[in-house]
Amino acid sequence: MTDPIITIRGLTNRFGKTVVHQGLDLDVMRGEVLGVVGASGSGKSVLLRTIVGLQHPAEGTIDVLGTDVLTADAAHLRNVQNRWGVMFQDGALFSSLTVRENVAAPMRERLGIDAETRRALADLRIAMVGLPASAGDLSPSDLSGGMRKRAGLARALSLDPEILFLDEPTAGLDPIGASEFDALITALQKALGLTVFLVTHDLDTLHATCDRIAVLAEKKVLVTGTMAEMLRVDQPWVHAYFHGPRAHAAQPPAGGN
Amino acid sequence: MTAGAVAPEPLALQGPVTLASLGDTRAFLESHPDGRALDLSGVTMLDTAGAWLLTSWQAGKGGTLTGANAAQTLLLETVTEALASAVPAPKPRPVHHQAGDTLAETGKAVSQVAVGLGESLGFLGLVMARLGWTILHPTRLRLTALVHHMHQAGLNAVPIVALMGFLIGVVLAFQGASQLQQFGAEVFVVDLIAISILRELGILLTAIIVAGRSASAFTAAIGSMKMREEIDAMRVLGLDPIELLVLPRVLALVLMLPVLGFIANISGLVGGGLMAWAELGISPGMFRTQLLNNTDVSHLLIGLIKAPVFAMIIGVVGCHQGMQVKGDTESLGSRTSRSVVVAIFLVIVVDALFSIFFALWGI
Repeated sequence: MTDPIITIRGLTNRFGKTVVHQGLDLDVMRGEVLGVVGASGSGKSVLLRTIVGLQHPAEGTIDVLGTDVLTADAAHLRNVQNRWGVMFQDGALFSSLTVRENVAAPMRERLGIDAETRRALADLRIAMVGLPASAGDLSPSDLSGGMRKRAGLARALSLDPEILFLDEPTAGLDPIGASEFDALITALQKALGLTVFLVTHDLDTLHATCDRIAVLAEKKVLVTGTMAEMLRVDQPWVHAYFHGPRAHAAQPPAGGN
Repeated sequence: MTAGAVAPEPLALQGPVTLASLGDTRAFLESHPDGRALDLSGVTMLDTAGAWLLTSWQAGKGGTLTGANAAQTLLLETVTEALASAVPAPKPRPVHHQAGDTLAETGKAVSQVAVGLGESLGFLGLVMARLGWTILHPTRLRLTALVHHMHQAGLNAVPIVALMGFLIGVVLAFQGASQLQQFGAEVFVVDLIAISILRELGILLTAIIVAGRSASAFTAAIGSMKMREEIDAMRVLGLDPIELLVLPRVLALVLMLPVLGFIANISGLVGGGLMAWAELGISPGMFRTQLLNNTDVSHLLIGLIKAPVFAMIIGVVGCHQGMQVKGDTESLGSRTSRSVVVAIFLVIVVDALFSIFFALWGI
């Protein structure tokens, strides 16, 4: 399956005089895991926020699931919003609700499903992301950073989305927790047939999960391709990124690309 | 296959089995209660909610699912696995109300209030000690922060305080006039306005407005610093958050509240004078003469001497509540509202104590 599920054309984002993106083009294919990398401040998170409608771009078009999300009316936009899930960097759980209520909230607000089903489905999501069953009754402030991320993922999966946006899913996790999270994302992506848009700094995550990588630099998507292709790119920043000391440590041994 | 034991036709499920069509699928399953086998080859879409429904149907009936394609089988397996680990821990039944609960709650509340009071007093003491230390070492005072907060909490509050004072003066003159006219004692409206505003209302209402404006601002600012671990960062750098954050704010209020109170007094007199002129025909000249002859300057001093005390209360309560903010956003909100309530309450209580004190001393 190679039809684009997200199409971005000519995207320009400005904050005052600072231009973050200039004429950015990007396609995300159905069923793939796309990793977006770039230096700090290169606008990775801004790109994610722009696609999901939290940041209005100065110019450009964004087409998600066949809907132009910048010009769509409320009903169409709502329809698209029901088909994507977003996980923010620190989970962004609603602090006044328990974990279970957090996970059930999208089902309650967007689809109006009855309480019992909601509860059962929320418990299922909580189990699927690898949280213990007892976590459902806890409030977000009682959770550790890693558990908050998992709970955030459970909430993002709440409406059975087709596209999953992940903002730095493994940042701040210990290496074991991070590789568990990578495995979790891969397993869920396979089982649910998700398209995943992943913003990350973590080379291990790129190796473990991503089908394709997009490098953000010089205010646009500089290059996209598989990990093997990235290793052959000559652009200085890309080269330094994928051939630096950390990159060598992260590469799977014995020709694992 | 022996005669009579004909295997039932598998039920054929068609179309999407997703979260959106959950109700239809459930109705279909319930309308065929004797079905044992389910053919999924006609299912076009399956998501976790659908898979959950099917696996729970399977577990409840002991039935079988057939005809799922590879992706659907993987999803069904994932959900079955997750469900197995999702067996909810037995929940303790909520204990119902018992005799003595109210007593225990009351006791808890009382001890909490006592602990809170003790902590506040401790914080006040800490601020006083640092203040004394800063007076001995004036170079340690953060002058930039002090001026910034004097601007924020003082200068920026001038318009609202002046408007409030003016309107209080107008209201007092109007109400006083309609009462005093009955006795033909209109001219005493000047004394009424002057004494009530200079002695009590000007400074009290200014303090209440500043408590609403600045105590909440202090709590929110310090509380969000606490949430982002800025306060901890200061501590590990060997910096004292009381010296850096609390003292400039408290000092700024102590310096500016008397000024704000004075502005409220003056605009109250102007408002009262204008209303007396319009309503009773007391000319500005007459107002001035009556004011100077009958109202002692001690009223103004009694009013203004309370201002630094009120300022101290507002500043210390605002900063203390901010320091008590925990990690979550909810505590920031509750602390901010509590800081305003406590600050206003304490200002009024202390004002009452001042009144008693001055009455006993006959001032």
